[in-house]
Amino acid sequence: MGILDSHKKIETNATLLLALSFLVVTVGGIVEIAPLFYLENTIEDVEGMRPYSPLELAGREIYIREGCYVCHSQMIRPMRDEVERYGHYSLAAESQYDHPFQWGSKRTGPDLARVGGRYSDGWHYDHLVDPQAVVPESIMPSYAFLADVDLDGARIGDLMATHAFVGVPYTEEMIENARFDFVQQATDFGDTGVVDRYPGAQQRDFDGNPDVTEMDALIAYLQMLGTLVDFSTFTPEESR
Amino acid sequence: MTDHEHSNLHPDDPDTTGHSWDGIQEFNNPLPRWWLWCFYATIVWGIVYTVMYPAWPMISGATPGVLGYSTRAEVAEEIDRFDALNADLRTQITEVELASVNREDTPELYNYSIQAGASTFATWCSQCHGRGAAGVQASGYPNLLDDDWLWGGTVEEIHDTIAHGIRNEDDPDARWSEMTAFDDILTDEEIGQVVNYVLDISDQEADATLASAGETVFLDNCAACHGDEGMGDRVLGAPNLTDRIWLYGGTPEAIEETVRHSRFGVMPSWSGRLSEADIRATAIYVHGLGGGE
Repeated sequence: MGILDSHKKIETNATLLLALSFLVVTVGGIVEIAPLFYLENTIEDVEGMRPYSPLELAGREIYIREGCYVCHSQMIRPMRDEVERYGHYSLAAESQYDHPFQWGSKRTGPDLARVGGRYSDGWHYDHLVDPQAVVPESIMPSYAFLADVDLDGARIGDLMATHAFVGVPYTEEMIENARFDFVQQATDFGDTGVVDRYPGAQQRDFDGNPDVTEMDALIAYLQMLGTLVDFSTFTPEESR
Repeated sequence: MTDHEHSNLHPDDPDTTGHSWDGIQEFNNPLPRWWLWCFYATIVWGIVYTVMYPAWPMISGATPGVLGYSTRAEVAEEIDRFDALNADLRTQITEVELASVNREDTPELYNYSIQAGASTFATWCSQCHGRGAAGVQASGYPNLLDDDWLWGGTVEEIHDTIAHGIRNEDDPDARWSEMTAFDDILTDEEIGQVVNYVLDISDQEADATLASAGETVFLDNCAACHGDEGMGDRVLGAPNLTDRIWLYGGTPEAIEETVRHSRFGVMPSWSGRLSEADIRATAIYVHGLGGGE
């Protein structure tokens, strides 16, 4: 009886079968997952990435709450057709502060990884209020109610502290100024501290209503998507 | 009653596994050969694959694989391959004088520009200007099919608009002008007068008394940009108010809204997103839609 025949011992001993199955799955899991935490090339360093500003983070929460991810992905795959349509393929680093990430390949609507700056604020407003008014063939529902919900940013500091807890590099200064920055970013000619703390943050009244609304937050988030990394200075390492 | 001893095995049958449950036994048949060899082949395939392609995690990176495959290299190569196919035309179009491209003299370049421009337009421009470039009525997204141009309709002017956009904060060369919001500047009475004056010069039904009073208001406040005759000024992107082509609607309500709160249409700058060749092709395409000058 060779070694290949001794599987009978495993097959007839439930505890042994369970223990060995667990061992196999564990080894497989460790080999596939563990290297992602230490391999230097898992996430390459790119210039420009920063944590979300308070307003953008609030917009991101609305994006997730409304289930935008059900139809829109945020991951441009490295394929010619996607790069031609959406722009440079997404880098892992661009999602490094996402909890949870918004990758996907199921697209009922277009990918939004680089939607920032592609349309005007006014277009986003019109489109969220009544998508068919600007894109007649669209099947997206209306999100007009976002313009009616005021936000005061009372909890935004707590949310940022939670993100800091899971590894997003929010400084104490950022968290202390969270509510201040939240309001200032949605204000025309507001305090520029928010841009100092979050380089590249766009600061203006996004929805044309002086109050800070959910519409402001969502448009601020959409307008920053994919805009942080300056790809004119980026040289892809082909080993990744 | 179970009887382990009396089996009805045929002499040619294979051995049993030796198990017996309520007298039911199980043949110990070997796996079919073809199945077994397929199974072994998948194992060999798996090993060969991890040698050929990036796979095993090491200390600072994964093994690159002897084929040196890279997704990034592959996509870059594919894009280069397609760029190379049109390289001649793409170089030509970035060097040629835009106005000299036309159907008769440069058919090849013209055809390429129309095709490339149409595809760029569908991807990047149609969301605001509409799939057929007719814009969105009364919403601030201009119709590109007519011969009414805010910032100029020659192919160079269209090129400049596409390359730098309008009133965006990303491009210092963006076309820029800003209409004043007259809500706090003019009285309600004056606003009513000037609205009627604009209705009048655009050949619409207007209150004659208010309209004639509105002429003074217009000359004092609006003529600097829109011209004494209301014909507009393309240097400032100030629309012609007499032609009954309206960007935000020509009803009394829409005109009053414009006068009180002004409008601020924004178009993104495309020079950072699209190649110069694509921008030029799009300019030729838009110019050729019907209204080009």
